[in-house]
Amino acid sequence: MSILVTGSEIPAKTFLINRAALVQYANASGDQNPIHQNEEFAKSVGLENVIAHGMYTMGLVGQYVAEIAGGSSKVQDFSARFTKPVVVPAGVDVELVVSAVVGEVTDATAKLEITATCNEVKVLGMTKAVILL
Amino acid sequence: MLNPDLVGRTFPGTKSTTITQESIAAFALALGEPNTDIAPPTFAITISLEQSQSVLVDSGLDWSRVVHGDQRFLINKPLQAGAEITCNSTIESARSMGGNEIITVRSDLIESGEVAVSSWSTLVFRA
Repeated sequence: MSILVTGSEIPAKTFLINRAALVQYANASGDQNPIHQNEEFAKSVGLENVIAHGMYTMGLVGQYVAEIAGGSSKVQDFSARFTKPVVVPAGVDVELVVSAVVGEVTDATAKLEITATCNEVKVLGMTKAVILL
Repeated sequence: MLNPDLVGRTFPGTKSTTITQESIAAFALALGEPNTDIAPPTFAITISLEQSQSVLVDSGLDWSRVVHGDQRFLINKPLQAGAEITCNSTIESARSMGGNEIITVRSDLIESGEVAVSSWSTLVFRA
């Protein structure tokens, strides 16, 4: 792992979110809420379209964090606020762009302040992680 | 509306879950992560959310109105294949805002008597 210095920017990573991925996540996580799979249902409850599971988006960010940390076992604390739904129309790969800035670094840990956007709109707020060095 | 007397109450999980390599593999694959015997950092949600759902539905809340507001994981010991987990959920807070009910549940995933992961979910029940 590269040396993490307070204030340094971690290169961004782009994840593609599509309907097939949401079905796969629903099956793997057990969250079968139809707003994440069924367009008709999603619209019937007032949503613009199918939306991604907040936990799917957070899970992708978790992958980014684990990669920075050097593995899932080094992620100690990870939190996010689901501020905007990630809308996933049929047949579209929605780009989720994730980046981070290094916060406080101690001998044992580093804090990351994370940004996650779709179409340049922040979809997560207050996204932070503490990783073990 | 949630009975305010339930705030602060802990609901012990009634069953234990053994984490399988298959469940970690499926979760990792869905996130595009490498499959290892260590679960991805958000894997605890597969155990904690089901427990929160059963506690809150049993307390009279309508799960079809729920939106996930906030989530935090504090990982003391990463979850691994073979771990036997019980999950205790505590309703930490409940408040109303604009007709919505905002409830925070902390779920402690216990392995061999120690809290491996604490998972805080703030759930918004829309009016």
